Amino acid sequence: MDKDINIKLKVWRQRGPKERGHFESYSLKGISQGSSFLEMLDVLNEQLVSEGKEPITFDHDCREGICGMCSLYINGHPHGPDTEITTCQLHMRKFEDGAEITVEPWRSAGFPVIRDLMVDRYAYDKIIQAGGFVSVNTGGVPDANAIPIPKRDAEEAMDAAACIGCGACAAACKNGSAMLFVSAKVSQLSLLPQGKVEAARRAQAMIAKMDELGFGNCTNTRACEAECPKGVSISHIARLNREFIKANLAD
Amino acid sequence: MWLLNSSVGRKVVMSLSGVFLILFLLFHLAMNITAVFSAEAYNMICELLGSNWYALLGTAVLAGGFGVHMVMALWLTWQNLQARGSSRYAVSDRPKNVSWSSQNMFVIGLVVCGFLLLHFAQFWYHMMFAELIGYHEVEVGGKMIGTTDGASFINYYFSHLWVVIAYLIWYVALWLHLTHGLWSALQTVGLSNRIWINRWKVITYVVATLICGGFGFVTLFFYIKSLLS
Ligand code: HEM
Ligand code: SF4
Ligand code: FES
Repeated sequence: MDKDINIKLKVWRQRGPKERGHFESYSLKGISQGSSFLEMLDVLNEQLVSEGKEPITFDHDCREGICGMCSLYINGHPHGPDTEITTCQLHMRKFEDGAEITVEPWRSAGFPVIRDLMVDRYAYDKIIQAGGFVSVNTGGVPDANAIPIPKRDAEEAMDAAACIGCGACAAACKNGSAMLFVSAKVSQLSLLPQGKVEAARRAQAMIAKMDELGFGNCTNTRACEAECPKGVSISHIARLNREFIKANLAD
Repeated sequence: MWLLNSSVGRKVVMSLSGVFLILFLLFHLAMNITAVFSAEAYNMICELLGSNWYALLGTAVLAGGFGVHMVMALWLTWQNLQARGSSRYAVSDRPKNVSWSSQNMFVIGLVVCGFLLLHFAQFWYHMMFAELIGYHEVEVGGKMIGTTDGASFINYYFSHLWVVIAYLIWYVALWLHLTHGLWSALQTVGLSNRIWINRWKVITYVVATLICGGFGFVTLFFYIKSLLS
């Protein structure tokens, strides 16, 4: 049964990219466990505004787990303590009455803080721009039986395509590595006939961009996979490694 | 050169040097096991290797492989710290499927390296190195021991409890390093997928346990032998 709970929040406040941040504590009373985590933050912000204080800045958009805008490192986990969900899908029933909740922004050199809990994730877009596309117009959606694709490949590509580019992988990684994201974006294309043509070039271009932007070297800790809201598997990283090594050996 | 200029390339170097070191450990283990069965056979190997040109070449290649592994470890770890950035999480929690070793490979490597120095001081320095600078006998613990009389070195050192304990700690550190290292190395070179990752993990635990358990067995064998004699 959902109850109304009282909670204590410790939230990271930082006025700008260059400013020093700090934690601020807030108490909230009577939060319905049926509300979502972001709704709880909305309530907090209303409270702050009514007290004449600056509301907390945080990213969000669809609030249904598909856009990848929401972030937040909650009690030591990107997207909070639940598995395979985004922060917007996190409910307050995951927390008990009297809970202390620490909310931090993604902390990774590749994702500098813009303000409070909002970080700049443009780096991921730049990696996509470097090669995460098919160069020619492949037309509309073909009939499902026009190009036969093995079921296994179709499923793997679909699993990779589930990536919403939220950045939890790099945020969770002690090496600040973006490999899970890059491998998902490479796999979703290179497993399919339209994307296969440019597979080698794509892997090289996206890895080069990823390195240039200062993301770290993957040491296969698997933290990314554990924290990914879409359950993207590190088997995609093995595929990316394979593709990258093959491409360089062929050069 | 992509092996040095790209993150994946550097990881490939790390992986190959690591696998090379594991292969050496298997070879080393085979020699140690020989000592359990026959001191003569073991000393024959020691003489065969001694400070011959092929043993020296082997040692140089091995040292090279180790050096590469160390340099890359420093480089990758430093880069990864940079990539992580200067602000740390106030609260962090290790997810269930993330092994402690996987996040502490550098520190574990340093521990392995530290005990390796002890091992060198005890064995290599008195055997190959002594021979290289022209000795055929060295004084160890008040006795003269021939530089190729490996069995006597083993008997001497492994009769000391502190040495035995130090070596056992070393093997535990090595085990921790290898239980992440081997499957990670295979994943790095792309030899893994959804199915094989679990198989490699099983193989990794078997190989790591075989190596470290094997070394541990030989060490304890000689300690117990020294107690009985
Ligand atoms: C007998 C000695 C050693 C063996 C057999 C060994 C083996 C390995 C293997 C197989 C890997 C996995 C490579 C990969 O993931 O691609 C690895 C990784 C690593 N090793 Fe070693 N290693 C040894 C000593 C050391 C030492 C002395 C250090 C230095 C401090 C060290 C530091 C590291 C680091 C930082 C990694 C990267 C972590 C990773 O990629 O998973 N290792 N080692
Ligand atoms: S791989 Fe997962 S954690 Fe990384 S950006 Fe995509 S959805 Fe987010
Ligand atoms: S707000 Fe769109 S995924 Fe959370």
